[in-house]
Amino acid sequence: MKRLVKMNETYVFVVLALLCLLVQARSGQFFRVYNLIDLLVALIVPAMFALNTHVVIASGGIDVSFPCIASFCMYVVTRILQMIEYQGSVVLAFVMAAVIGAIMGALNGWLIASFRLPPLIVTLGTQSLFTGVLMGVLEAIEISGSKLPSCITSFGLQRLYETVNPENNIITYIPTSLLILVGAVIVTYVILKHTMFGRSIFAVGNDENAALRAGIPVKRIKIAVYCYAGLVAGVAGIVRMCITKFCHPTNLTGIEMEVIAAVVLGGTSIAGGKGSITGAMLGIALITVMSNSLLLLGIPVQWQTFCTGILIIFGTGLSAYQAMRAGKKLMRRTKIQPAEKPAAEGGQTA
Amino acid sequence: MKLKRIKSFVLDDKNFLGLLGMMLVLLIVISIIRPAKFYTSNNLVSMLSQFPQYGIMSLGVMIAMIAGGIDLSVVGLANLATISAALILQAMIPESASSLQAAGAIILAIAAALLIGLVGGMMNGLLVSMLNVPAILATLGTFQAYTGICLVLTGGNIISRLPSQFGDAMGVKVLGVIPLPIVIFAVCVLAMWILLSKSAFGKKVYMIGTNRRAATYSGLNVKGVITAAYMVSGVLAAIGGLVMMGRMNSAKADYGSSYTMQCILIVVLGGVDPAGGSGKLKGVVTAILILQVISSGLNMFSQINNFYKQLVWGVVLLSVMVIKYLAATGRPSRQIR
Repeated sequence: MKRLVKMNETYVFVVLALLCLLVQARSGQFFRVYNLIDLLVALIVPAMFALNTHVVIASGGIDVSFPCIASFCMYVVTRILQMIEYQGSVVLAFVMAAVIGAIMGALNGWLIASFRLPPLIVTLGTQSLFTGVLMGVLEAIEISGSKLPSCITSFGLQRLYETVNPENNIITYIPTSLLILVGAVIVTYVILKHTMFGRSIFAVGNDENAALRAGIPVKRIKIAVYCYAGLVAGVAGIVRMCITKFCHPTNLTGIEMEVIAAVVLGGTSIAGGKGSITGAMLGIALITVMSNSLLLLGIPVQWQTFCTGILIIFGTGLSAYQAMRAGKKLMRRTKIQPAEKPAAEGGQTA
Repeated sequence: MKLKRIKSFVLDDKNFLGLLGMMLVLLIVISIIRPAKFYTSNNLVSMLSQFPQYGIMSLGVMIAMIAGGIDLSVVGLANLATISAALILQAMIPESASSLQAAGAIILAIAAALLIGLVGGMMNGLLVSMLNVPAILATLGTFQAYTGICLVLTGGNIISRLPSQFGDAMGVKVLGVIPLPIVIFAVCVLAMWILLSKSAFGKKVYMIGTNRRAATYSGLNVKGVITAAYMVSGVLAAIGGLVMMGRMNSAKADYGSSYTMQCILIVVLGGVDPAGGSGKLKGVVTAILILQVISSGLNMFSQINNFYKQLVWGVVLLSVMVIKYLAATGRPSRQIR
């Protein structure tokens, strides 16, 4: 119980619950089945992005290029499938996207690890590079409707559960793609908690030099982290195309801010080495619920960007303030230098 | 004596020398491929009026980066300042306004824009220095918030049909030939030179960027200096925005969205260390000019669409960083184990 009170996740959960209750009280529509399903569907892709961002930030880095990787994979895979007039299973699309995404992620990782460059600036650069290749060289345009490969459309229409809104007879359904998110969460959880690789990610994020001295191959770990992030982003791109049933080359741009904010809100320390998947998922749920419920709250859509910004500032400010106080407390207790990170409990909460 | 000083100004800084070489190569390459189109007075004049807007903004990013942080909110803040100025102009200059009335309104609008830049920069600075929020997150958040306010103010629409007086004022050619934006840019560069090289404040910014803890222990008011650095960045963002508004004669929440990337590219190319603490103004100014030459050079080829520029910026940024790393250490990091 005491541990629960101390955990960051608990606070995020409480805020999320309060927000849900507030929306319910204001509109009376929140806990309707179709609204919950809409939210769940809106959550799938951001949640996958939150997974890869969580892994990257836990390793002490940051990645702002993943929306471009996702768009790139989405578009290139669609084009390849069109070209070979592919009629088979959707699995091939996911595999191709995963491979392309992993290669693009590896480029990030190679630049960051081999040349010791700042991750933010590298990924800003690759973001620009990927967008340039996609829009300039490949001259990407929106693909939609019957032009999409048949496997994408049919997979997008597969559903786990469906319901009809009695007021307007619109069918809402949970697409099978949800299972891919669930799979990704489980795989990432197992990697982070139960493999040498996962534990090394937290070690590198906590203190790179200490990790190096402990015999962890820091460079390889970093490359692998960005590789994995690219892989998940590529798969998420295909998932998004299946859900929305069109392929737009640029409309993911800007989502990186929301995702990073969500992950940090969920308790992943931007300095690395700390945080949990549960927190990241709660954080992204909070942001998604907020931006999808503004209308139900009677707030005009134009306020959405502003609200996200305030949430980022407030959330990061709060966690930075907490870290500062924890640092001071630790200093008083053990009389060590102030800049040492309170590292002892790093990565143990999940 | 004088010659010696010029010699050391150019030769003592390898990074600056490299930039000059790069500029020379670019100009030669262009003169081989497209001399007829590039070296025309029309093109040169249009080049001169294009770079001040993002040039001024990158000066702001520069001081934030020297102080050990980064400012990703400049574009958002620039738009917020210009949209507020545009709304003031629209409200205060009716069709029949006398020139005196118009001048008053323009001064008020500019003052408001600068004030917004100052306050917005202060927000960034306080978040970074007082609350210890990492600069990346703080300025990402404020970027989102400032852009959000822009969207709320404009409803996402473009504010066009600005009173013509402002555009006319920005279009003035000083001494008959020099476009006003260039003069504004030069004034900003001069102010930054005084601030960074000739004032105690500048020395403190470099010190804090080099080693924040050492600066704290030597008794500097670290929080105050960092806040002030971001305020300078905010004001420069607002000035850059005003120049942009003068050129476009309109304001919109997503103008200049590619400038964030471009500013960081300029600053890194110009020799500022992303970890903070070093970087010279002459390098950054040369980098601004180089970017404009590349950009105008690409414009010479009609078959190259605008997105290629993004590709080029990305490649240039990444290769500059890699080359700098290799030049410093001689080889890629060997710690593979």
